[in-house]
Amino acid sequence: MIVKRKPLNLFERLYLPAIIGGFKVTLRHLFKKKVTMQYPEEKWVVPEGYRGAPYLVKDQEGSTKCVSCQLCEFVCPPKAIKITPPGPTGQLADRSNAEKMPKEFEINMLRCIFCGFCQEVCPEEAIFLQKDYSLTGTSRAEMIYNKEKLLDLGGTHAGVQKWKHKAEEAQAQENFPVKV
Amino acid sequence: MSAAPTTEIKPAPPAIEKIKVKVDGRELEVPKLTPDWQGKLALTTMLQACDIAKKDVPHYCYHPKLPVAGNCRMCLVEFGTPALGPDRKPVMNPDGTPKIAKSPRPAISCATPISPGMEIYTSTPGVKQMREGVLESLLINHPLDCPICDQAGECKLQEYSVDYGQSASRFVEAKVHKPKAVDLGPRITLDAERCILCTRCIRFTKDVAGDDALGIVNRGSYNTIATFPGLPFDNNYTLNTVDLCPVGALTSKDFRFQMRVWFLKETKSVCTSCATGCNVLISSREEKIYRYTPRDNDGVNGPWMCDAGRLNYKWIQREDRLKDVVVRGEKSSWTVALSEIADKLKQAPAGSVAIVASARQTNEELWLLSKLKAKLGAISDSVQRIGKGDNLLVDEDKNPNTNGARLTGMSFTEMGINLSKIAAGISCGEIKTLIVFGEDLLMNSVKSDKLRERELTSEVVNEHGLTKELLGKLDTLIVSDILPNATAHYAHYVLPGCAHAEKRGSFTNRDGRVQKFMQAIQPKGDARAEWDFLHDLVYNVTGKKGFLTIEGLFNEMAKDVPAFSGLTWAALGDNGVTVKI
Repeated sequence: MIVKRKPLNLFERLYLPAIIGGFKVTLRHLFKKKVTMQYPEEKWVVPEGYRGAPYLVKDQEGSTKCVSCQLCEFVCPPKAIKITPPGPTGQLADRSNAEKMPKEFEINMLRCIFCGFCQEVCPEEAIFLQKDYSLTGTSRAEMIYNKEKLLDLGGTHAGVQKWKHKAEEAQAQENFPVKV
Repeated sequence: MSAAPTTEIKPAPPAIEKIKVKVDGRELEVPKLTPDWQGKLALTTMLQACDIAKKDVPHYCYHPKLPVAGNCRMCLVEFGTPALGPDRKPVMNPDGTPKIAKSPRPAISCATPISPGMEIYTSTPGVKQMREGVLESLLINHPLDCPICDQAGECKLQEYSVDYGQSASRFVEAKVHKPKAVDLGPRITLDAERCILCTRCIRFTKDVAGDDALGIVNRGSYNTIATFPGLPFDNNYTLNTVDLCPVGALTSKDFRFQMRVWFLKETKSVCTSCATGCNVLISSREEKIYRYTPRDNDGVNGPWMCDAGRLNYKWIQREDRLKDVVVRGEKSSWTVALSEIADKLKQAPAGSVAIVASARQTNEELWLLSKLKAKLGAISDSVQRIGKGDNLLVDEDKNPNTNGARLTGMSFTEMGINLSKIAAGISCGEIKTLIVFGEDLLMNSVKSDKLRERELTSEVVNEHGLTKELLGKLDTLIVSDILPNATAHYAHYVLPGCAHAEKRGSFTNRDGRVQKFMQAIQPKGDARAEWDFLHDLVYNVTGKKGFLTIEGLFNEMAKDVPAFSGLTWAALGDNGVTVKI
């Protein structure tokens, strides 16, 4: 398609009206409220439901919630999560009747695409996408967050303590059936 | 050429009468009798008929190789039989078809025999409702701890819950709690809460393994699987109950919390712990083996395997594996080592070379060695391994390929008979070069507790006169092995080999069944599959070109070895082919 170019008319060719029009815009903004944020000294308020970096959380009693079911590792599209299960001789879980927790839990933040599948799939409410969006490091290795770091960054998430309730329920039934 | 090998040696079974039944409206002919769990002919059941019709009937307690118990009620189906009039004659519909009297009650398809003209309905709303009901009742006291359950991913309760389960439980009462993580035996952990009491494990140990170790104790909702107090569940077949358990009640201690099953890659392979050659699946992830599970092969092991064989995989991942080619104590490369060896062997006068092959090597590798043997006029043998056997699966012969070594001519009917001759040859200076594959010659008639981890299942190896002084007299000692050992320590050339999980090949088992196995993981370090470098070596020494693929190599071998004639790699299939031994 050929676009026909109209020749400039006299008013346009005068040049000055356009310059003055431009200065008007500049002057108007000079007295308006400033919109530039002084990042990183100043930071924006992260909205609710924002998908930042995924971190592991602890329950209200300080126990690791993750039971190393590896569903997040399975569902993770860029394969950023790597979990090492405890194995038969591994460390016992913080909550004894949860039987297991990960020996190591690594998220490669360079790979993570912040999709939130891990949070969605987690049956234990142990991993949440939190509000961190600016992750920096001086090496690639530094960007692989381990279990300890993820738990420290994640903080606490008070939720339904299903393992605690199970343990209490079982304790109440301790004498049934009659033990010999 | 001899007659084409057959898959089975058994004579053809007598013809079985066929009867017509209808499954979900499709008429088909099924045999009146079908082999039961022991292989004896019994009346065909509705479940087997549905199986033939390719209609899935969910079930927990039924297993084709176990006696029928009929207690889970999951396989309930509706059915009808031709209606009989008062004159005992079939009542006909106006269109001439027999009128079907639908049974007022459903029946468990696993234990109800079929009859002529029977109609089975597996997908009616009633059947669906029954399945939903059974499943809901099984889930009343189930703890739903899938995130911490090793069975998750291969759990029948999970699978059927997807098909017939409700999204939420209707029960408000507290669940009955039973003991968890019970130490049932040295290899088994029991979680009684997860158990659905199908009794598969009880029937297996009692009727198949012949050790009446398990039973159900307590009443009603408190039913629990248990052993007799104080008696551990520790026969050599306990881990089969883990495979049998449709839920996560019985789990393997070895595999406990190791890896989720959905990550595991399954590779068809063969167990190397004895001459039976049970078919296995190797489960691996990221070059690490996590477990062996038996693979169905009615000609060899059925669906079972022994615990010792199942757990005999850890040596493959040992840190001290031989990973480097070593020439006279110095790290070297394959090119250097193989060309030096080839030069030496070419110059060796006839009769000055001895080869100790291993009956743990594959048919192809043994055949390549036999080519070398023929060219060099060498004396050869392999080492016998004898242990305890049983009358179910475990064989006394702990070498997986004894028959392969015999058929390729590397050893003789009495294995190890030439070892003392080799020792004598070395001591009188006749034999200057010794090639040893996968054997530690300095391990003489050793009892099991002294054996390396790899030898877990064997008790005694041959007694022979080879000592380290004799090995020191040799001009050239060439050793290929997987794990470091004393013989390799004295070797001039050490060639790192592969475990069976790291290469392809075939074994000939005690009955002469040739079975192939596939590669599950990559070899460590510089290690190369023995057939791969032997092929190069044989080519360098004899000048004869072979095949660079295992398929071609096997086919070439089959043409050369009379016992294997007519076989091809492709024809071996998954279950192997029996040859005459």
